[in-house]
Amino acid sequence: MPRLVSHPDEVKIVTRRFGQGAAAIDKYVELGGYEATKKCLAQGPEWIINEMKASNLRGRGGAGFPTGMKWSFVPKQSAKPKYVLVNGDESEPGTCKDHLIFLHDPHAVIEGTIIAGLAIGSKVGFIYLRGEYRYLLEIVEKAVADAYAKGFLGTNIFGSDTEFQIITQTGAGAYEVGEESALMESLEGKRGVPRIKPPFPAVVGLYGGPTVINNAETIATVPHVIAMGSEAYAAVGTPRNGGTRLFCLSGHIERPGVYELPMGYNLKKMIYEVGGGVRGGRKLKAVVPGGSSTPVLLPEEIETLGMDFDQVGKAGSMLGSGGVVVIDDQTCIVEFALRTISFYQHESCGWCIPCREGTDWLKKSLTRFHAGFGTAKDIDNIQYLADNMMGRTFCPLGDAAAMPILGFVKKFRKEFEAHLDGKPCPFAKHVELAVV
Amino acid sequence: MSSETMSVFSPQLSARFDALVKKYPVKRSALVPMLLYAQDEVGYLSDAVIAEVAERICITELDVRNVASYYSMLRFKPVGKYNVQVCTNISCMLRGAYDLLEKFQDELGVGHKGITQDGLFSLEEVECIGACCWAPAIQVNYAFHDDLSPEQVPAILEAYRSKASAGGKSA
Repeated sequence: MPRLVSHPDEVKIVTRRFGQGAAAIDKYVELGGYEATKKCLAQGPEWIINEMKASNLRGRGGAGFPTGMKWSFVPKQSAKPKYVLVNGDESEPGTCKDHLIFLHDPHAVIEGTIIAGLAIGSKVGFIYLRGEYRYLLEIVEKAVADAYAKGFLGTNIFGSDTEFQIITQTGAGAYEVGEESALMESLEGKRGVPRIKPPFPAVVGLYGGPTVINNAETIATVPHVIAMGSEAYAAVGTPRNGGTRLFCLSGHIERPGVYELPMGYNLKKMIYEVGGGVRGGRKLKAVVPGGSSTPVLLPEEIETLGMDFDQVGKAGSMLGSGGVVVIDDQTCIVEFALRTISFYQHESCGWCIPCREGTDWLKKSLTRFHAGFGTAKDIDNIQYLADNMMGRTFCPLGDAAAMPILGFVKKFRKEFEAHLDGKPCPFAKHVELAVV
Repeated sequence: MSSETMSVFSPQLSARFDALVKKYPVKRSALVPMLLYAQDEVGYLSDAVIAEVAERICITELDVRNVASYYSMLRFKPVGKYNVQVCTNISCMLRGAYDLLEKFQDELGVGHKGITQDGLFSLEEVECIGACCWAPAIQVNYAFHDDLSPEQVPAILEAYRSKASAGGKSA
């Protein structure tokens, strides 16, 4: 069972019901649950969207798109049914926040889905969980059934004449399906390959209807924004980055765990104070700030870095999905890069050639390199390959694979050079695994 | 012969599938969950499973195979009763996932995608399973085991062995 952690610097908004048995509907209601939905039913769609815009809540999946604005793109009139789709396909290495939300607070996801539905005028919401999260799917399915039994879902929610249905769905193992158009394909019973955009999902989405797709954490945040008011929520974060974020501290850290901290919280402090520093008192070598696809940062780059979308972007990386992976000085960066690209090579759907071929060649190249058979030319070739993947694919998986590799080569070129000319890897214990 | 007696699935699963195809705006949306639940019961996607799923959704068997081959959890071959899936992705790797994998290999005597001779266990190296903060983590079928060290491996396997023999007696 995942351990819950706590730190005095945390601002518990999304996590405030964690560990209190709020998966049971009566407990959830006792803790103030479903009040936000009732408020939204009374206030109407325009008010909801304005509240979301004013809250400065930005998508927690990785791209950081403002949620209120996303909802406002959905046309008011539509011949086809509109849908809300909750993305719980959490698969970005280093990220496990939705895991805890589904486990401890599934009704917050349901409530957020209803509110999103009210905002865009949809009658059906889908909650999609990755296939590996079977025990969490069962928790969510129970919560949905309980909400139906109470009349919170169905044809007349909360005794009103508004209808809202929720359908749960399981994936079956695919990182790519976390991309919104691939997610819709998967939900339609197809291979999870991306669709070309435009049209965007807000206009032509699931089953051809206008669709809003939000990350599970974003959706779970929505009822809290409504309950505390957009102004109070926005005040917690930094400008244009409202509220808190669930940061997943993992890797070589003393106290790993999911911590809810205000947007803009200093990364160095996050590692050394909240997470208790690098494990075993070792030195920090690098940190991946937002899941495996975000470019690595060096210790000197995190000194004054505030963890919000804009500041991390300015530092040349991304806030991504909130997965902070801490790497100590005993780690081989080439091995780390190889493991990262192996993942993307495995997950590339093969639809776009630059991604399919690029990830494969990068893996081959880094495998050879790590085994000590690389040449000086290979370093430039790795950069060339990654550069040519950037922006040349339908979905962001190509960029997600190329970006971290470019970062590793740029910031740790010396370490790559130390692997040249058949010299054994100075760190790795598992170099033999790389000899394929 | 009624369709139920011809089904490769248990009456319970058949009933579940009857409901599942009605759950979505289009039947085909039931495909991925059906394949996964069918695999849970039968062990893998056999020809008979694929044929029946195709018929229930009114698509071709080729369509079913095409979709099934995309998803990493779906398989066309049997695995052990307990499928041990060791995550070796970055967060787990940094906390000793490869040592863990090695220990499982030693204890079970099989490698990646291998099945023990008694058919009780199979081993797989998998990508991120969403337990990064509790690394290194594994899944045995759907059950998570987290914050592991190689020393815990024999006890984990032993627990599943006793579970299997207890289940065998009651069956």
